Amino acid sequence: MELQSKLAILADAAKYDASCASSGAVKVNSLDGKGVGSTGGMGICHSYAPDGRCISLLKVLLTNLCIYDCHYCINRRSSNVRRAAFTAEEVVKLTLDFYKRNYIEGLFLSSGIIRNADHTMEMVIDVARTLREAYDFRGYIHLKTIPEASPGLIEIAARYADRISINLELPTQKSLDVLAPEKSIVRTRHAMGRIRNRLDEAHDRRKNGDKKLRHATGQSTQVIVGADESTDADFLARSDDLYGNFKLRRVYYSAFSPIPEPSSILPVKPPPLVREHRLYQADWLMRFYGFKTSEILTPETPNLDLELDPKLAWALRNRQDFPVDVQTASREALLRVPGLGGTSVQRILQIRRHTRIRQADLLRLRISLAKIQPFLKTADHNPSAYLLDSDRLRARFLPKPKQLELFAK
Amino acid sequence: MRSVDPGKSFISWRDAARRMLADHVPPEEILWEAERGLFPAVVTNGTPPEKLKVPAAFVDLAQNVSCHNDPSRWALLYQILWRIVRNGEKHLVSIASDPDVSQALLFARAVRKEIHKMHAFVRFRLIDADETGRERYAAWFEPDHHVIEAGAPFFKKRFSNMDWSIFSPKSCAHWDGEHLTFTPGIPHDPTKSHDELEAAWRTYYRSIFNPARLKVKMMKQEMPVRYWKNLPEADLIHELISGSNNRVAGMLAEEPRPVKPRPKNAYLDKLRALSAEEAD
Ligand code: SF4
Repeated sequence: MELQSKLAILADAAKYDASCASSGAVKVNSLDGKGVGSTGGMGICHSYAPDGRCISLLKVLLTNLCIYDCHYCINRRSSNVRRAAFTAEEVVKLTLDFYKRNYIEGLFLSSGIIRNADHTMEMVIDVARTLREAYDFRGYIHLKTIPEASPGLIEIAARYADRISINLELPTQKSLDVLAPEKSIVRTRHAMGRIRNRLDEAHDRRKNGDKKLRHATGQSTQVIVGADESTDADFLARSDDLYGNFKLRRVYYSAFSPIPEPSSILPVKPPPLVREHRLYQADWLMRFYGFKTSEILTPETPNLDLELDPKLAWALRNRQDFPVDVQTASREALLRVPGLGGTSVQRILQIRRHTRIRQADLLRLRISLAKIQPFLKTADHNPSAYLLDSDRLRARFLPKPKQLELFAK
Repeated sequence: MRSVDPGKSFISWRDAARRMLADHVPPEEILWEAERGLFPAVVTNGTPPEKLKVPAAFVDLAQNVSCHNDPSRWALLYQILWRIVRNGEKHLVSIASDPDVSQALLFARAVRKEIHKMHAFVRFRLIDADETGRERYAAWFEPDHHVIEAGAPFFKKRFSNMDWSIFSPKSCAHWDGEHLTFTPGIPHDPTKSHDELEAAWRTYYRSIFNPARLKVKMMKQEMPVRYWKNLPEADLIHELISGSNNRVAGMLAEEPRPVKPRPKNAYLDKLRALSAEEAD
């Protein structure tokens, strides 16, 4: 098969993986080497597809042959998709060629499972090893690993990669049993635990002097939203578990997407994309804004409000905590005001030492007044009790109703 | 009123500003302009005044602001500098809500963003290779702001083992393995070359797009249309968008595929046994 045809098949096969991060790697460049590449600091999105997703890595499967049967996946053994396989040398060359033209930050390599986990893992590692050792490639490498692969192989993968990941895909074993019968949460969590230990060790070695140690700095995972009955509470509880126990860098939420090879045991209708968006927002609140899962969702409402962002929804449920005084409130309290982000809060804390903050100041900080006015007290604005107590507050934030059409179709 | 030439860079503006400050010339007395205007130009080659101490945060901010394309940036910077040094507003830069500072922050943000976009959207094309195999690449990039100098060191670190030039109307950067040099901007792409790899890159772009998640606004926000003409993949966008509805309808209309029986495979048997143990 011609290389371009393989690329078309094996990029298509990889596109359902939402992960695109290329940040957080150890800082290196190619000034003292013979190869190409640099990493460190912020990742770069070199392009965007019309699906709004960042293209930062050459994201491909080594092969889309697979003996597993994950029903949301186009590559499962029950699918009739066209199969292809790259040689290691082909992936290496494509990576280098794209990289030198500044199309990408590096390689994201995954693979269908062929023969068994170890055999697959070895093939994936071989590509990374060749890039690093034969070509002195110093760009970003993300390797997908397999929980059932032997720990020694995962350890080697972590030495060549900047990030490694195992996709959990579904938050409960019950769902996996139906939709991904070969996968196990227990085995995935074990593997994540071992990876965490390796990452911690590497971190310590870097801290204690081995500054240039090239080793993965983080792990991430992906879950698929809307392919099973799991609630948002199930997803967030699982994320809480993964962030807390294994220090994952990111949990990616990927709305189940229709595929050209639909499975008979999957919903036909994809979930609304906004559900995925709300999960990211809630995840963000947990990681950076000090929210607990129990504050975002309650047993009575296990799913996020699709119409309001979760911070606003929380504020509307907790009106007794507002208004907050911009001049005196703590950092934590300010971070909980709908419409105030981390940068804005940082700036407010700085400027309030020198000035009494007024509405015009907020405008110049480019904060949307419409959103914060009911919640934030400034020197020249005190939100009226009417606003905070009224149920109309919620109505005020709901998306505008669509205009009715004049004639029925 | 006097006319002062800010030069082209932060350094030339800084030197001129230091002299104005030493002479206690208030902001409203200065017209920052490159060519001689209505007012006599000031001779700025006298003895430089002693160095001024200004907060590091101002220098950071001013370096970015000075790359902005807006001609009012020099006056804005001098105004802030004057307030810090002559009005004693030491903390001015940290007051992001101040009208002058918020304007400067806006300029700086636009510049930082454009530097980032330069790192993202420069597309090198292979020109040739010498007898040792060292390759030479060239790119054409059209930024709104004067970011070539600030953006180039990134490429030196990343691509130190190849020769490259980034041509642009603002200025051009060149790396030969030892020196990073800059030459004046040029109006047109001097190479007009194509690169074979562009076909593969376009194939990749086409294949990585998921038609079931069309989010055109988001794409345009992150990859503004003004950059498209120099991106080899961008002329696919229209076709991908217009074909997406049909592709999704096609997928939804597909007959669901039955589950194939589990193949005989020792490894899958082992997994099954493991799972059974875990369930106990
Ligand atoms: S293991 Fe599952 S998700 Fe991965 S390629 Fe195979 S079928 Fe797809």
